[in-house]
Amino acid sequence: MKQLLIFVQKEFKHVFRDKKTLLLLFGLPIAQIVLFGFALTNEIKDANLLIIDHSKDETTLQITEKFRASSSFSLRESVMNTSEMEDAFKRGSIKLALIFPSQFEQDLIHEGRAPIQLIADATDPNTATMLINYASSIIRDYQQSIATKPPELSIQIQHRNIYNPELKGTTNFVPGVMALVLLLICVLMTSVSIVKEKEMGTMEILLVSPFNPILVILAKAIPYLALSIVNLIVILLLSTFLLDTPVNGNVFLLVGVSIVLIMAALSLGLLISNSTNSQQMAMLISLMGMLLPTMMFTGFLFPLENMPMALQVFANMVPSKWYYIIVKDIMIKGLGCSAVWKETLILLGMILLLLALSIRKFKIRLS
Amino acid sequence: MKHVTLEGISKSYDSTKAVDEVHFNVEQGELFGLIGPDGAGKTTLFRILTTLILPDAGRAFVNGHHVVKDYKKIRKEVGYMPGKFSLYQDLTVEENLSFFASIFNTTIRENYELVKDIYVQIEPFKDRRAGKLSGGMKQKLALCCALIHRPVVLFLDEPTTGVDAVSRREFWEMLKSLKKQGITILVSTPYMDEADLCEKIALIQSGNIMTVDTPERIVSDFPDPVYAVQSDNMSRLLRELRGSDQVKSANAFGEFHHITFSGGTESMDRFLKGLREPMLIKSISPTIEDCFIHLMAAHD
Repeated sequence: MKQLLIFVQKEFKHVFRDKKTLLLLFGLPIAQIVLFGFALTNEIKDANLLIIDHSKDETTLQITEKFRASSSFSLRESVMNTSEMEDAFKRGSIKLALIFPSQFEQDLIHEGRAPIQLIADATDPNTATMLINYASSIIRDYQQSIATKPPELSIQIQHRNIYNPELKGTTNFVPGVMALVLLLICVLMTSVSIVKEKEMGTMEILLVSPFNPILVILAKAIPYLALSIVNLIVILLLSTFLLDTPVNGNVFLLVGVSIVLIMAALSLGLLISNSTNSQQMAMLISLMGMLLPTMMFTGFLFPLENMPMALQVFANMVPSKWYYIIVKDIMIKGLGCSAVWKETLILLGMILLLLALSIRKFKIRLS
Repeated sequence: MKHVTLEGISKSYDSTKAVDEVHFNVEQGELFGLIGPDGAGKTTLFRILTTLILPDAGRAFVNGHHVVKDYKKIRKEVGYMPGKFSLYQDLTVEENLSFFASIFNTTIRENYELVKDIYVQIEPFKDRRAGKLSGGMKQKLALCCALIHRPVVLFLDEPTTGVDAVSRREFWEMLKSLKKQGITILVSTPYMDEADLCEKIALIQSGNIMTVDTPERIVSDFPDPVYAVQSDNMSRLLRELRGSDQVKSANAFGEFHHITFSGGTESMDRFLKGLREPMLIKSISPTIEDCFIHLMAAHD
C-alpha cells in the first residue's frame, strides 16, 4: 500500500514537472468550452437580410419594421433591382433576401392575397432552412395581427421548447465537450504515460522488482483520475458562470457518472498502452481511434438518428455516446438516477470488458 | 555454492539464434564477466536470467530459483542495471534512489552502508534531475538504484559502455569493493581490456560461449607465442603478414599488429630474413583479445 502511494506520488511529479503537458491538460478543456460555447454556435444571430420593396406602402413598411426589431436579422441597405441582390449573395454579404412585389397592399386588400418571395443562400442548408422558418414565423405573426376577422375554422399551433426555451446551443455543446475532453485526456494521458516507461527502459527495472505490475497500471491511472475530476469541475464552473448553462439535476450524481466515464476511458488507455511499444503509436491510436469516433458518434455534432443503421450500431460502442445521453438528462433535463441507470450500467459493462482485456494483455515480461 | 546456473539455454528471435545452448555456472560472491562484441547475445542472457524474457529451451537458476517458475522470487532478490540508462530523467538523483528503495520495500537509510561509497560521489548533485547528469554520474546513480535493496545477485548489462576511461576505472573499483560485501556480480562488456578485472569470464560470440575460465588461465592456454610488430606503414605490413606462409595469424591492435608464427622460431627467422623494410618486433604475452580472436577462428 505504501509502495502504491509512493508510486502515485512519483506520477504526480511527472505530471507537474512537464509544464507543456500540464498546460494542454487544463488549457484544452477551457479552450474547447469557450470555442464551442461562443464561436461555434449554430444559433441564428444577426443574419444579414436584404429587403427589396417594390411597393413601399404601409403594410410593407410595417413588416420591414418587424424584421428590423428581430434579433435574428440585421437589415442591409435596401436595393431596388435583383442583379444587385445577386451580387450581394455572391459576395456572401447577405444570407436571406425578402422581395415585396409592387402594389402589395392593394393586392392584399382587394384580392385577399399577396405573395412575398424569400430567397435564401442554401450553401449551408441547415442555416437556410432556419432562416426561412424564422422569417416565415415573423410574417405569420404579422398576418394574424392584421386579420380583421378570425377565419371561421382555424387551428392554432402553440409550441414550447422545454428544457431549453431559448434554444441555446450551449446546452447541446457543454455535455458534448465534457464527453470529448474527459475521454481524450484520460485515454491519451494514461496510454502515453505507460508506454513512456517502456520506451525509457524504466519498465524493465520495474519488472525486475517485487512491485506487482498490475499496481503500475493502477498507480498510473490514479493521478489522471484526479486531474480529470479537477477538469470536470472546471468545465462545470465555466458552463455555469460563463455559458449560463447550470446543472439542473443533482451535481453529485453528475460527478458520479462522470467518474464512471473517466474510469472507462482510463481502462481504454491501459488497453492501448498494453498493445503498443512507442509513445508515438500510442498517441496516434488514441487520437485517431478516439477523437474521430467521439466527435462523430457522440451525437453532439451530428444527430445519430440520421445515420445509416450500421453507423448507429457502431455508435453504441463509443462510451461517450452513452455519457452524452446521461449528461443531457442530468444537466439539462434535471432528471435523477431512475432516468440514467441503464446507460450507466452500459458504461460499467464497458469498464469491466476493457479492464479484463487489458489485464489479459498485460505482460509480466518484456516480450 | 553455485549462485547462477545455466543449462543449455537457447533463445531465438524469429529465425536468428540469439543464444545457442549456453552452459555456465557462477559461484557465490564471484565477479563474473560476460565478454563479447555487440550482438553476441549478452543482453539476451541477462534478460533470461532476470526473468524478463523466456528461454526457448534449457533451464536456468538464480540463487536456486528457476527463472521461469520462480520468477517472482528472483525479482525480489536480484539487482538489475539495463544497458540503456533507465532511470526517471525528470526526477532528481535523490528522488530516483528513494523511489527504487521503496519499490523494493526498503529505505535509503536502511542500506546506506552498501551504497555509501558510490553515493557520496553523487550526493553533491542530489537535487539535480537525473537527465542532467554526466554519463559517469548516471552510471553511478543507476548502480546505486540497483543496489539499494541489497541484492543477492547483481546483473550489470554493459555498465561501462559510453563512459569515459576515468569513470570506467572508478566503476570497476566500485565493483571490487562490492564483491567484498559478498554480492555475486555478473557484468557484461564489449571491452576486452576489462576482462582482467573479473575473477572469471565467459567469452561469447554469436550466441555461443567459447570458453569459461579465469582470465589468467585463458591467457596461459593460448597455444603460440605472440609478437607485437610495428613499422612505418602499418597497413602494408598487415597485408604482407597475412600474405606470408610463415605467419599463422596477424591482427591489428592499435599501434601494433599481434602475430603468431605457424612453425615456431624457425618460421620467425625465415620470415624476418625475407623482410624488405625495417620492422620492430617484440615478444609479448597474449591478451584476452588475442585469445578471443583465436577462439573465434577455431570455432568457425
